[in-house]
Amino acid sequence: MRRTLLEGLRRPLTEMLPADPEMARLGLTLERAARRRLGRSLAIREVDAGSCNGCELEIIALGNPCYDLERFGLSFVASPRHADVLLVTGPVTRNMREALLRTYAATPSPKWVLAAGDCAAGCGVFAASPACMGSVASVIPVDLVVSGCPPTPARLIAALITLLGPG
Amino acid sequence: MMAWREAGEALAAGRAGLVSLWADGPRARLALLLDDTVQIVDHPAPDGTFPSIGRLHPPAIRLERALAESSPLVPLGLPDTRRWLDHGENPTVYPFLPVKGRHLHQIPVGPVHAGIIEPGHFRFTCDGETVVRLEERLGYVHRGVEALMAGKVPAEAARIAARISGDATVAYAFAFARAVESVLGVAVPPRAIWLRALMAELERLANHLGDVGAICNDAAFGLLLAHCSVLREEVLRACAFAFRHRLMMGCVVPGGVAVDLSREGEARLRALAARVGAAFPPLLSLYDRTASLQDRTVGTGILRPELAALWAAGGFVGRASGRDFDARRFTPPYEALSFSVPVLEAGDVDARLRIRAAEISESLGLITQILDRLPVGPLLARVPAGAGEGFSLVESFRGDVFFHLRITEGLIVRAHARDPSWFQWPLLEAAIEGNIVADFPLCNKSFNCSYAGHDL
Ligand code: SF4
Repeated sequence: MRRTLLEGLRRPLTEMLPADPEMARLGLTLERAARRRLGRSLAIREVDAGSCNGCELEIIALGNPCYDLERFGLSFVASPRHADVLLVTGPVTRNMREALLRTYAATPSPKWVLAAGDCAAGCGVFAASPACMGSVASVIPVDLVVSGCPPTPARLIAALITLLGPG
Repeated sequence: MMAWREAGEALAAGRAGLVSLWADGPRARLALLLDDTVQIVDHPAPDGTFPSIGRLHPPAIRLERALAESSPLVPLGLPDTRRWLDHGENPTVYPFLPVKGRHLHQIPVGPVHAGIIEPGHFRFTCDGETVVRLEERLGYVHRGVEALMAGKVPAEAARIAARISGDATVAYAFAFARAVESVLGVAVPPRAIWLRALMAELERLANHLGDVGAICNDAAFGLLLAHCSVLREEVLRACAFAFRHRLMMGCVVPGGVAVDLSREGEARLRALAARVGAAFPPLLSLYDRTASLQDRTVGTGILRPELAALWAAGGFVGRASGRDFDARRFTPPYEALSFSVPVLEAGDVDARLRIRAAEISESLGLITQILDRLPVGPLLARVPAGAGEGFSLVESFRGDVFFHLRITEGLIVRAHARDPSWFQWPLLEAAIEGNIVADFPLCNKSFNCSYAGHDL
């Protein structure tokens, strides 16, 4: 029993991540404030504002043993009231606009918004739809954008790390 | 051809299964499954009305609600006329069903949930710990997909189709491409037909691995999630290596496929199949030997076979409740491949998990068979401009995806997509009844319905 339980998980599965110069540049403006106010830990609340769920799949992958997000002091929380960062996906549908505004309002300051994926960035396939607001930035202030359809877990982690500033 | 009323009666009597119902200009259209064949039945509505099918056959109600708010047609006698996908100008106001009874309390959940999942609202009415009714409110991720596809050429609309439900992007692109090809009479090259099936099986494998782990995690057995999510990650990395995208988004296109499989890619996928084939059975046997885990899954969230049949529920939801249906049986190249379709009768969380586990091993077998016999040749046939209409039914990991298209002068006039979740979401409401609130996440995960695919 014990053997099955641990087999395959004994050797470390968690990996080093390649540095992303673009992300480092984007994060420069955020670095000071984030570090001064929050130290080296961030609580993230994920909000799907009309995603196709592709972005969610990759965000969920951040928690698997290969990426192990929590080693960076980053963790997902269940309530916006516990969050420092809103990680928002999707083109913001009209039906989610109010829920996103309320989630933003429920998040205590200081807070940061990371728009993840082409849809959230405003350049996805749904941007022009009358049923969508078009981007996250058209509804709430956005601090950092990660492109990709969906962004890979490595890119998502790099973006979150830039919010913390270089170690 | 079958008349509208006759079709409604056949559905209500259980002689046919509902595939979809939608408006197309001044017509209401119905797709039904009769002896494993899809038939389209039209009701011209020159006066703007048609007799509601939902009045006779409840599985049509939500489809007719969506139809009524997005077209000028009126389904006469539709028992529920509340908005469904389009929440209108004031999305916070919604008349939930009235609840009467002593000692009842309500728990509203969503649209923003505690976990990393899609948005939707669940209104639980409970008597103590026991759920006496769940009412779902969906539509939060309604992006106006069908309207957006109108007026586009197939190649452009395919990019949207591939993003209807990201977890089933291959199946959606596959279904859309097959619908286009049936309208325009495109002969897809054999290698592309086989590569599509290969990608579809990799997608099924990745999703089922993720689901098995997530279901166990919702029963507080996180270790299986850790193991399964590592295997899922390995599948996605192999897909990225072989097809240049972790989810294989954009790989299936009208006319064929957009990427070829190299020798190195083939070797990587063979190694993956061997690795998962060796690693997964011990995990399943760990599930089998953990009584505390099965204590949560066995007998929880039972979906009765009569309901699964009446709603023509697809995928693991239907198959765990005795409905023996799999659209792969009618989709090339599967007629040339050998695989079996697992069916169970228990209809509980355990049965839905075991169907997935059995399908994982079937998919591994299919992947190896496809790699062994992959034809050589071109990848893409030209898609001519043309006109006509056609449809497809393709098995995604969660059930059959239906696509219907009408094309004029090479442009899409009307596209209609129906996710399997349309007939699974309402059954979740039935399955949770009499269970405790704390078991809802477990039941919900075992159904794993798509919000995005349903909300369009
Ligand atoms: S960016 Fe791509 S993966 Fe993310 S929600 Fe939009 S379509 Fe889906």
